Amino acid sequence: MAELLFWPALLCYGEAAVGFVGEARRPGSAGSFATWGVRAGWLAQTALLIAQAARQDGFPWGTWAGSLNLFVWLVVTAYLVWGCRRSFRLLGLAVMPFAVVLLVVARAGGGIGTAPSRYSTAFLVLHVGLVLAAFAGFTLAAALSALYLWQERRLKRRTATILRRPLPSLATLDSLAVRVVAISVPALTLGLAVGLVRLVSDSDRIDALVVATLAAWAVWAAYLVLRSAYGWAGRRAAYLALAGFALVVVIRLALPATHFA
Amino acid sequence: MTHLVLVGTSHHHAPVELRERVALDRDAAAALAVRLADGGHEAVVLSTCNRTELYLAYENADAAVSDGVAALAELEPDVEPALYRLRDEAAGLHLFRVAAGLDSLVPGEGEILGQVRAAYEAGTTGPLLDRLFRQALHAGRKVRAQTAIAESPASVSSAAAALAEQVFGDLAGRSILVVGAGKISGQAARNLVSRDAEVAFVANRSVERGAELASSFDAEAVPLERIGEELVKADVVVSSTSAPGYVLDAATVAEAMRERRGRQLLLIDLAVPRDLDPAIHDLDGCYLYDIDDLESIVAETLVGRRREAERAETMVAAEAQKFHEWHASLDVVPAIASLRARAEEIRAAELRKADALLERLDDSQRRAVEAITAQIVNKLLHLPTVRMKEAAAAADGVVYAEAVRHLFGLGEDER
Repeated sequence: MAELLFWPALLCYGEAAVGFVGEARRPGSAGSFATWGVRAGWLAQTALLIAQAARQDGFPWGTWAGSLNLFVWLVVTAYLVWGCRRSFRLLGLAVMPFAVVLLVVARAGGGIGTAPSRYSTAFLVLHVGLVLAAFAGFTLAAALSALYLWQERRLKRRTATILRRPLPSLATLDSLAVRVVAISVPALTLGLAVGLVRLVSDSDRIDALVVATLAAWAVWAAYLVLRSAYGWAGRRAAYLALAGFALVVVIRLALPATHFA
Repeated sequence: MTHLVLVGTSHHHAPVELRERVALDRDAAAALAVRLADGGHEAVVLSTCNRTELYLAYENADAAVSDGVAALAELEPDVEPALYRLRDEAAGLHLFRVAAGLDSLVPGEGEILGQVRAAYEAGTTGPLLDRLFRQALHAGRKVRAQTAIAESPASVSSAAAALAEQVFGDLAGRSILVVGAGKISGQAARNLVSRDAEVAFVANRSVERGAELASSFDAEAVPLERIGEELVKADVVVSSTSAPGYVLDAATVAEAMRERRGRQLLLIDLAVPRDLDPAIHDLDGCYLYDIDDLESIVAETLVGRRREAERAETMVAAEAQKFHEWHASLDVVPAIASLRARAEEIRAAELRKADALLERLDDSQRRAVEAITAQIVNKLLHLPTVRMKEAAAAADGVVYAEAVRHLFGLGEDER
């Protein structure tokens, strides 16, 4: 019965995605409707997750599809931190369509697991929870970087309409992206470490997902190092963030079976 | 009934040479308002660089017009042909449009709202002008809050400041390098300073002249040759010199950018011929805007303001209509008051007649009878009251008021 909450969540997120497209085309009330859609969808999805956790009496998102569901919730939660502000509304244009697609994929993938996991809840929270939280942060950082590149392009083109549509400033987008990554990289490091310890203790093999996650960790760590030690900022840093995000997409969508099988 | 009358002139009707002769400072405007209000009237004098307007509340509208015209003609006899004279609904709507910035040179400009408030505070007001100005100020604030009419810049220097906010966000603590000590660069820098940026350096060919401008900003004056060094520290460069060629080339900026470690740099070139090498714009992290770019932004935002002005007109008309309805209802208020007084008189008299019967009732029963009779009177009079107010708004108020007086014999006892 609780699974029915999926539909209002999807509907609201879908409405938000369409609303943000409308806002991008013509700023006005569409953005406001979209923001309310995100809020309502988030509430529905939160209720869904609570119901799932209560039913399973533990951490039910250890499956590939379940983790995708949790990942979407984390991304939307992170978006809501800034997304309600008017100048950040268009961040939703990058985040919400992505959230809708992933939510549908999660549903098609079978939703949450029904059998109890062979792993403890504490391990799942630490490993899956932290890795997913870090990925959600990287997704948001990539969205901020995409918005940065859009704003930068407008400034470079000297568009006469540049002041008509409010967007966050370049400096704000740049500094928010680096702050989000600075929180996400330690989370990923810890989540990976917990997973690797378990891998060694269970004498399991390193699979493609672990390799790709380590590669993503390397890219995002490099992002921080290049910024602080070599003064990388602005456009170059934004492209690097998008490259790091491409790896997150590969990890979340292209390599599911090997790790959760 | 008290009439609202407006006599005045503005940039739409009079050239600046004429307007400046009828312009009044705050004290003179207040003194004129006191004089015009003499005899129990109300008066507010609104005087700005674009308009001088007298808002008068008189029982006799013709007397108000002639007093207003005479007061302005006293200041400048030639102003009379340029004066407009508006009454009641039209005068009210005019003030609402003025307060919303819809009658301004640049639609939605922000200064006028403060000027209307100052005029109101300095005026000699009573019930009519009090209500008019309070509602007009409310409408002005509402238009600015609910439309984007005042959001976009209306001048080149404010466009430059708005662009700086697009690059840096909050400008607090951002440092400006001013190149050239002329009026134009000073004005643009002042606009940035008003948004909390700081002028750190003023570079000029003549350091002495640069020092004059620098001292007004508490900044350091440097020779033009030092621009390259100071570029490393600055966030915004504002340039306007009369140099025949570029004062800053792309190679110098590229070198500075290497030391800036990715920090963005906004360059505003207000000079003709241009001061800054256009190739600077191609450098990573550099955004160069010249006078043409800024003017096209301003032109675009003015188009946007005009579009928003159409929405604002609708809002203002609705607000002005509310004032008009209230003002018109003043026509019927005495008739409504008399009708209610007559009804109450009858109710009280009938209760007195029934005194002997009512004595048999206890206190709570007597209170219930009082309440029921009062309720019957109220219910009976509610609809006629509403209808009379509606008729007043539609200009039939006086006819209805007379009909009510006739039908209920109101005022006959006094005759």
